[in-house]
Amino acid sequence: MVDASVNAMTGPSGPKPKRVFSSTNIIIYGTLLVACLYYLLPLYVMIVTSLKGMPEIRVGNIFAPPIEVTTAPWTKAWSEACTGVNCDGLSRGFWNSIAILIPSVILSIAIASVNGYALANWKFKGSEVFFTILIFGAFIPYQVMIYPIVILLRESGDGITSFIRLFDSDAPNFRLMGSVWGLVIVHTIFGMPILTLLFRNYFTSVPEELFKAARVDGAGFWGIYFQIMLPMSLPIFVVAMILQVTGIWNDFLFGVIYTKPETYPMTVQLNNIVNSVQGVKEYNVNMAATLLTGLVPLIIYFASGKLFVRGIAAGAVKG
Amino acid sequence: MAVTDTGQVKAGAKKPVRLFKNMTAKIAAVPMILTALVVFVGCTTWTIYHSFTKSRLLPAPEKWVGLDNYDRLWSESRWLISIENLAIYGVCSLVLSLVIGFILAALLDRKIRFENTIRTIILYPFALSFVVTGLVWQWLWNPDLGIQNVIRELGWTNFAFDPLNNANIVIYGILIAGVWQGSGFVMVLMLAGLRGIDEDVWKASRVEGIPTWKTYIFIAIPMMRPVFVTALVIISAGIIKVYDLVVAQTSGGPGIASEVPAKYVIDKMFGSQNLGLGFAASTMMLLSVLVVLIPWAYLEFGGKKNG
Repeated sequence: MVDASVNAMTGPSGPKPKRVFSSTNIIIYGTLLVACLYYLLPLYVMIVTSLKGMPEIRVGNIFAPPIEVTTAPWTKAWSEACTGVNCDGLSRGFWNSIAILIPSVILSIAIASVNGYALANWKFKGSEVFFTILIFGAFIPYQVMIYPIVILLRESGDGITSFIRLFDSDAPNFRLMGSVWGLVIVHTIFGMPILTLLFRNYFTSVPEELFKAARVDGAGFWGIYFQIMLPMSLPIFVVAMILQVTGIWNDFLFGVIYTKPETYPMTVQLNNIVNSVQGVKEYNVNMAATLLTGLVPLIIYFASGKLFVRGIAAGAVKG
Repeated sequence: MAVTDTGQVKAGAKKPVRLFKNMTAKIAAVPMILTALVVFVGCTTWTIYHSFTKSRLLPAPEKWVGLDNYDRLWSESRWLISIENLAIYGVCSLVLSLVIGFILAALLDRKIRFENTIRTIILYPFALSFVVTGLVWQWLWNPDLGIQNVIRELGWTNFAFDPLNNANIVIYGILIAGVWQGSGFVMVLMLAGLRGIDEDVWKASRVEGIPTWKTYIFIAIPMMRPVFVTALVIISAGIIKVYDLVVAQTSGGPGIASEVPAKYVIDKMFGSQNLGLGFAASTMMLLSVLVVLIPWAYLEFGGKKNG
């Protein structure tokens, strides 16, 4: 009470409020408003189109909100839309993507974190050379490596088959090319440069005394990794997960090349549904399907906030 | 730390036991070593080597044909259109992303309200895939029902922007979609760069009475040179990879008007089984990356050693 009365006598002590409608402010907020409209417009159009019926789309304005809201396009996109002869909708692609995503994320992060740990704390002769190759490899266009990898996957699949048949002569063919596992390996390989960089930089920043103390206590390579480094670096694992989940979910090229139509990920199936030449174009179903495919990364983006920014900025930080 | 490490290695190099020292780390790094040597070095060399051979469908006896594939490549109109498109797309998207990214970052840095909300809005397209981006903009460019139609209904009845049907402007339709998707990322980089500039710089320029825009152009931008270089390298690497955006939005059409090199390579390798041309084209892609990468690496790492 006393404080309040004193304040009332001396007046507010904060900085003098600026004029809200100065011409600078109008320019700043005006430009940002226009920019926001540009960025939001496609999302808005996707949402309203997916909620309209086809007759309304044909006569109406693309920006107009739906007069009669219908969720039929969403159900159709999810469970009935056709690619070629298959008419079970995007759901198949969704589950394929999940089946690709989970092992890819786990394997790529496991390998890259161990790489980063070895590079930061257990340097050996040549380790920096391999790391440099890895970083420069991130800039090589995928098109240069894509075909030899097809051959590698095919050959190692055959090799594994003949190895298994040493023990069980009736074993079925083991395939890497065209299977989910081949794609998992490819995602692990191409996620490795950026993730290894991310983990290496993080582990380098961990105080060396901690590492030395554990060494004195007799902990080895794996002991220190699991008991000290892993528990200390959960945030960076979350960043790596965000990076990998969005990256692998959004992949199209590897999905097209290394899987078969039955195992196509969601992005590939989406493209096949929307760009299929058969039948009448149903724009509302197409937009519902597009939105469904974009939903997973969008949810991750809006839920993760600053961590997403940290993940993508990691690519820009020099090693 | 690195110095002591190399020192140790040098001191112990005479003893053969050294190979087994640190063995667990070496075994743990096997996936990395394999990826670096087999995939990044091995597969790249393999493709470059095979671009000089006559291979239509592997495995087949390879025949060394020298630069034949490259001759055929550079005389094919589809490849030339791809290169032209890549050049237009590349230059425009580089300039637009840098300019838009910087302006938005500068505006966001003016201590404004709702900064977080606005940044979230600008960056969200970057979370979406190129396929989703391409398909949304395909719908927006729809000549009968899309943006063109809306503007005509507003009164400009002669307005025409139909990139999906018009071979002359189709690449700009893809460009607008690409900038929509990627400029938020550049904005984030630029914002980080601006935040890294010392507050005293702004105070000093205010004391000197230098107009804000001049401070940005003559003081802030030169100070942010590393950020610009990083952005340039990352955007360029992304431009050369442009594939799914085109496949989803136009499938290379109308005709072959919006073909790009990345799509050309995939089509030759997996569509028309013309491997030799595919390898030659992908080697050209690698070459164009090196043109950007080598000067950058030289400036970045070569300079450090000298200075």
